Amino acid sequence: MLQVEDLHVHYGGIHALQGVHLEVPDGSIVTLIGANGAGKSTTLRAVTGLVRPRQGRIRLQGREITRLPAHKIVAAGVAMVPEGRRIFPNLTVRENLLMGSYLRRDASGVRRDMDWVFRLFPRLKERQNQRGGTLSGGEQQMLAIGRALMSRPSLLLLDEPSLGLAPLLVREVFQVLKEINAEGRTLLLVEQNAHAALGLAHHAYVLETGRIVLEGSGRQLQQNAAVRRAYLGDPGAEAM
Amino acid sequence: MSLQEFIQQLLNGLSLGSLYALVAIGYTMVYGILRLINFAHGDIFMVGAYIAFYLVGVFYLPWWLSLPLTLLLTAGVGVLIDRVAYRPLRNEPRISLLITAVGVSFLLENLGLVTVGARQKGFPVPGMMASPVRILGAQVGGVSIWVPLISLAFLLLLLWVIYRTKAGMAMRAVSRDIEATRLMGADVDRIIAFTFAIGSALAAAGGILWSFKYPQINPLMGIYPGWKAFTAAVVGGIGNPTGAMIGGVLIGLVEVLTVAFFPTLSGYRDAFVFSILILFLLLRPTGLLGEPLKEKV
Ligand SMILES: Nc1ncnc2c1ncn2[C@@H]1O[C@H](COP(=O)(O)OP(=O)(O)OP(=O)(O)O)[C@@H](O)[C@H]1O
Ligand SMILES: [Mg+2]
Repeated sequence: MLQVEDLHVHYGGIHALQGVHLEVPDGSIVTLIGANGAGKSTTLRAVTGLVRPRQGRIRLQGREITRLPAHKIVAAGVAMVPEGRRIFPNLTVRENLLMGSYLRRDASGVRRDMDWVFRLFPRLKERQNQRGGTLSGGEQQMLAIGRALMSRPSLLLLDEPSLGLAPLLVREVFQVLKEINAEGRTLLLVEQNAHAALGLAHHAYVLETGRIVLEGSGRQLQQNAAVRRAYLGDPGAEAM
Repeated sequence: MSLQEFIQQLLNGLSLGSLYALVAIGYTMVYGILRLINFAHGDIFMVGAYIAFYLVGVFYLPWWLSLPLTLLLTAGVGVLIDRVAYRPLRNEPRISLLITAVGVSFLLENLGLVTVGARQKGFPVPGMMASPVRILGAQVGGVSIWVPLISLAFLLLLLWVIYRTKAGMAMRAVSRDIEATRLMGADVDRIIAFTFAIGSALAAAGGILWSFKYPQINPLMGIYPGWKAFTAAVVGGIGNPTGAMIGGVLIGLVEVLTVAFFPTLSGYRDAFVFSILILFLLLRPTGLLGEPLKEKV
């Protein structure tokens, strides 16, 4: 279980997170939706130790990880598919995946997981010796997901994994996320594609200018008028 | 020029060039990761030469032991410099880092002047380096054969580390995206320390081989070779290890052969090399092998 309490993050003078609370129970899929600039990426980056919160606590399985360096947080079982994919363009597809397994010592397990990733994304297998930078945007997104899986994370954070993908591929990616979750992994998903995210998530939070303003089950939020108007592109929904 | 002379000059250029290559690696790898021109790197080369001088010339340790020991100790010096001088500035503007590097360079040079003195010291050259060798019907100094061969061995070892080991893979990853490398669970500070270790060890190898070739050493001996190796790194494409090797050999050959063909210009050999540096910085800052600074997003 991931618990975030009263999280505040500042960038210089910008107060990006203003007391975020959220919980991600083990084995669940939780989604975080919100407008551009709401602070979704900042929340994920704080959890992985890439930005330092000024205030608040982040706990993983009860253990405080708030000010640990990123590599220790990864070692504790967290992986992230970052915003903008951030694959290594100068490394081959295979090396990108191996970077994902950087902390692991079990060579045979790594090989097995690489086969598993190749089964999830057969295109990556065909391109395993190609440089990451030569992949198409969609393939890079698959690689970013596969790379995050290579650490066998118990908690996987995904920052807009469907961004820029063709509708067919979006469905494929969401299918994969479901499979990953069925394997017992916990997912915290940030999405622009609120419709798909709410359909998948057990629980959802709505973030607005650095604060959680609404939460509920995926279905509840799908039916919420304000959410429909703001995030599901349904102008017919009446105002709250 | 007779064939014999030409071969000798060619080998001279090659051995000088391979020394530049060894030193250029350190510049290029540190630049690739930290975007820092480590001005102290030429002085690390000097430190390496002095460590070997003391181990062999003063403590009479055999070369087979002194060589690895020198590389190890010099690697330690490089790591220490990163730890105390550069690491605390990781999140500061890059100009602070650059100024600090200049400061470290002066510090090493002056520390050298104070501790070992400004006077030249005679470097203990092993017999193998001094005895002449016959090659292609020409008689040449052993040093002009052994220096490029030993350098080549080190450079191949380096390529193996960079392209075939996990640490090398992490170094390549860090050079493109520090934050993403952190997300993989890698301790970036350790990877950077490893980079300094390798660069410094190769500079030490360069310092030793240089001193076989020019066996008078002094605490300022690293300045000119350092700048030329830096030129080599820029010519090859700074950040690119293979480029640094090619750049090193090119600079060495150009320097030696221009003087060989135009002896009247020998006073200008340094000016000539530095004009190349300026030309590249102005006209092709990415060097011969450097990729243009664009990335697919
Ligand atoms: N490195 C930074 N420096 C300064 N301000 C930043 C930085 N990163 C984010 N911000 C600001 O913090 C706020 C939250 O940004 P964040 O990236 O978390 O939003 P987001 O919800 O992920 O948006 P998007 O949907 O566009 O990705 C924004 O106002 C943004 O401008
Ligand atoms: Mg974002």
